[in-house]
Formats: sequence, structure tokens, C-alpha cells
Amino acid sequence: MDMKASKKLSLKDRYNLMTRDLAWTPTYQAVQDVFPYTQYEGIKIHDWDQFEDPFRMTMDAYWKYQAEKERKLYAIIDAFTQNNGHLGVTDARYINALKLFLTGVTPLEYMAHRGFAHVGRQFPGAGPRVACLMQSVDEIRHAQTQIHSLSNYNKHYNGFQNWRHQHDRVWYLSVPKSFFDDAVTAGPFEFMVAIGFAFEYVLTNLLFVPFISGAAYNGDMGAMAFGFSAQSDESRHMTLGLEIIKFILEQDPDNLPIVQAWLDKWFWRGYRVLTLVAMMMDYMLPKRVMSWKEAWEVYAEQNGGALFNDLARYGVKVPKGWEQACKDKDHLSHQAWNTFYNYGAAAAFHTWVPSEADMKWLSEKYPDTFDQHYRPLWEHYAREQAEGRRFYNGTLPMLCQVCQVPMMFTEPDDPTKIAYRESDWRGNTYHFCSDGCKSIFDHEPEKYVQSWLPVHQIYQGNCFTADADPSQPDFDPLADVLRWYKLAFGQDNLDYADSQDKRNFEAWRSQATSN
Amino acid sequence: MTVKSVAPYDFPPQDTVDQFPAPLLYIGWEDHKMFCAPFCVPMPPTTLFGDLVKGALPGFFGAHPDFARIDWDQVQWIRSGQPWQPDAAKSLADNGLGHKSLIRFRTPGLKGLGGSSH
Repeated sequence: MDMKASKKLSLKDRYNLMTRDLAWTPTYQAVQDVFPYTQYEGIKIHDWDQFEDPFRMTMDAYWKYQAEKERKLYAIIDAFTQNNGHLGVTDARYINALKLFLTGVTPLEYMAHRGFAHVGRQFPGAGPRVACLMQSVDEIRHAQTQIHSLSNYNKHYNGFQNWRHQHDRVWYLSVPKSFFDDAVTAGPFEFMVAIGFAFEYVLTNLLFVPFISGAAYNGDMGAMAFGFSAQSDESRHMTLGLEIIKFILEQDPDNLPIVQAWLDKWFWRGYRVLTLVAMMMDYMLPKRVMSWKEAWEVYAEQNGGALFNDLARYGVKVPKGWEQACKDKDHLSHQAWNTFYNYGAAAAFHTWVPSEADMKWLSEKYPDTFDQHYRPLWEHYAREQAEGRRFYNGTLPMLCQVCQVPMMFTEPDDPTKIAYRESDWRGNTYHFCSDGCKSIFDHEPEKYVQSWLPVHQIYQGNCFTADADPSQPDFDPLADVLRWYKLAFGQDNLDYADSQDKRNFEAWRSQATSN
Repeated sequence: MTVKSVAPYDFPPQDTVDQFPAPLLYIGWEDHKMFCAPFCVPMPPTTLFGDLVKGALPGFFGAHPDFARIDWDQVQWIRSGQPWQPDAAKSLADNGLGHKSLIRFRTPGLKGLGGSSH
């Protein structure tokens, strides 16, 4: 190799030297022993060198570029913290969206870091391996910058202090957690289709963008800053997801049915996780960016539709659950917020009835459904609350075996009827919220019979504190479950109207804006 | 279909009946989605069906204004999607209910808050 220092390498040469030229074919060990997970999923790859990394980024450029971005990010976070930026948000209801993000999404960034590190290790091709390595580093940076950005809120508000502990335990957090656990326990190719493509490419605009634009609309510079910092990485992730799926499909015609089945599965799995985003957009933001329905129409129906038109030349079809997801857009957020209103005593953030102004906005955004189906519910709750009877549901809900969401979803063609599906397998019955979740179970029942369903785990006695004594007559099982969640009753949970967060925010803001 | 795996893949199911204090019963009230999802409760198989209705359901569903108006003689029962005729004097087990059975009831004339099925 000619190493003349005077000559600057072209981007292409540098990329080749620092990626592909660093790879070698093992001779002491069989290739199959070094990369043992590449064949069992049934995907056939004939030539790994056909993978072209469109960014051609090398590690030295990566560090330089990211270091510069992080310097700017931390300067903004410092300024936000020193100027009490948290008092500039619309009102303290907004902060509950951040609690949901920190407990539900940030741990997924860390899991994505682990997942891409694993896949990067397992792929025999140097090109995808380096791309996965960089994405793996991106993901741990995203987890860190999110934790740092949101740690400022932990100094002032309830519900942030045990986010990592809660991610592994709290009932609704089992939805995002089990989604990612499902992906990282799949093979490397399925992981890439699940996370690299279905999540990062098809659905990311419906996860990340609403939170970050929500932060911008509601005056949260801190959260906005990490969003913008992550943005340039996201475009690289999306491209990797798309290039890898095209690469797999181009390598062998036998790969198509396997990839299609994964797309069907992971579109549905991801869409179910987005239920939490839908309700955040329509109900949790004091100043809303756009409705869930509008976001779905722009990011899924238009952009996603164009994507699947593009992929049609590979034989790929629109995922199976697509049509139902489009029908559900008028109902999803309302049903989700009702669920959290029901179980607001067991959530690590506050819930509330939408105000009259909020409901006016919802009526305008959902002219075909809100007034008929959902307004009577909120008005009833508001009346009850005014009379001192804030409704809290005290009985645990039935959960879907696959997505783990309470069985709150309605039939695609009848929004008045809860959808019920079930399967029998080896002498046991399993219940599902939808055709999508039932179909996922029926393909791999051995996997989903192991689901750690929070409600069932509570009844099995696995969610009590170490010193709990359920045999005592005064034992209150649900109170002990909250202790096990490390959820401070009366501070982290219950209605926003009576919360310490609301009182503090209003008192502090009035100090900041008047004498 | 089965899981594709590098090694034998055989793990015990998480939710077999022996792991619970009593078999689980799922129970939902049609057209009353104020209770956002059906309930999941452990119920001893010796419980009389009539005792379930009179003793347990008020605690689960009583917060809804329609609950007090239910005419229990008119109630239609559904089990796993099929019309079903329980015997109030018999136990859950003798009514054929087992672990993770799903039952629902429809209350004719009652359509939830403002007719919204909530």
C-alpha cells in the first residue's frame, strides 16, 4: 500500500481503506463458525460486496462531526438550564409528554445501540458492518443526550426519577419494551428489517418528529436541541434501512416472501407502539402541532404510499395491517387517552380531561368521530370530577398477548365494538386485540407464549416489593405494585388538576414573570 | 409455523393456570367502553355464576351510570364470540369456564354515555 503523506485520499479511497480493506476472510476458523447467525433465518446472500453504503462515512470523520454537534447541543442545554428554560413551556401538562418519552423511548435508543452492535458483529460483509457500528454509536449517543437534556426536568418535576427502573416493570412500558425485546431476540436479518427498515424508515417520522416538533411548539428548547442533533443521524439510519432491504431483495428471489412476512409483522408491531404517540399528539400537548390523523395522512399514507410504490419493483407489497391502520386513524388517540385516564393511578405521569378549548380543536380535527363517539365520555368525566368523583378504574385490564396493550382497540369497521381474537395452542388459550397481533402469534407461538404480561405477572405475585406480605389481611396489592414500580403515590400519578407539578409550575412561573 | 432458531427452541409458557391463585377470567361489557378494556380477574372455579354477577360485577362496573339500570333477565351473554347461556346456580367450572375464558355481556337498551357506546 502506497502511504505518501502528501497526497490526500479521495473520499472513495479513504472509505475503502478504512472499511473494506480492514476486513479479511478467516482461515484458522470456518466462516460459518465466525458468523454463526447468517443462515438460519433462510435469507440467502451471495455477495456481500454488492452492498453500497451511500454515506461512505469513515470513523475518523464520524467522531469529528459528532463531537462538533455535541458541543453545540450541550451549549444549548446549559443555556436552557441556567435560564430556567423549563418555565418557558406552554404549561406543565406538556412535561408529561417528556416523562412518557424518557420512560418509553429513551431506553429503546439504548436497546437500538445493543441491537446494531450485535448485528454489526454478525454480518460477514464489511460495508453493512461498519454502517451498523456507526448506527450503534449513534443510538447510545441519542440515549445519553436525551437523558442529559431531560435530567434538568428531574430537578423540578415529579415522575422522572425512576425512568430506567420503570421501563422494565410498569404496565404500559411493557409495550415499547416488549417491542424491542422481540426485535433483538430475532436473527440479524429480521432485526434489520424490523428496526432498520420498518421502524427507522417507515415509522420514524411518526415517532420522533411529533415529539420534537411538539417540543418546538411548546417552547421546550432543551428537547428540541437533542432532536435536531439526532436528525442528521436519522437520515443516515433511514438510508441504511432502505439500502439493506434492497440489498437483501436483490441477492436472491427466495428472500422476498421472508422479508414480506417480516414487513407485515413489524409494521404492525411498530404501529401498535405508536398508539402512545397518537395520544401524546392529540391529548398531551397543550399546543398541538397537527392531529394524529393528519400526521398519519402525511407521513404514512402519502410518504409511506410512495415508498411502497417504489418497492413494488422488488415484489414487495404494502404491509398487511396497513388498511386497518388507515381506518383507525380517527379513533386511536381517543381510545388510548381513555385508557390512561382509566388507569391514571398506575401511570408515572399525570392525566386529565381535555378542556373545552381542547375539545373544540378535537371536534375540528375529527369531524366524523369526536362529537359522536368521544365527547360524551369526556363530558361525563368532567361532570364526575366536578362533583369530587374523579373516575379511576380499580380493576386490571385484559391485555393483548402480542402487543401487550390493554384490549381497547375496536373493530376496524365498527368503532363501538372492542375487537376480540383468540388462538388455542398446546392446550392454552391466547387473546389478541387484532388480526395483526393474532397473525404474529400464529406464526411464532413459541415466542409469544413467553410474553411477560404485566397484569398476569401482578396476579402471579411477581410484582410486589421484597418485604411485602400478601398473607396479611390489610395487604393492598395494587398499592404494593406501585411501590415496586417506585412510583410515588400522589406525586407521580393521578390527575394533573391536583398535582404538585401544576402548583409548582404556576407558582414558579408567576415568580419569573411578575413581582 | 414455528420459530426459526439456531438451537432447539422450547420454553415453558408464562401463564399456565398453575401459576395463578385461581384461573383467570376475562369479562367485558358490550357498548360500555368507558371501561377502556375488558377486565382480567382470577376467579375460583367453584364460584357460582350468580355470585359472580351479583357479588363481583358491581365492583368492576358499578361506576357507570348504566349499571344500576341493567335488567339482568334481559342480559345476553357471549362466550368467545358465540351466544352463551350460563346457569346462575352452577359454578364457573360447571358452566364450562376455565383458565383464560372470555365472557361478555350485552345489556339491551343501554348504549353507554349519551348513546356513545362508552
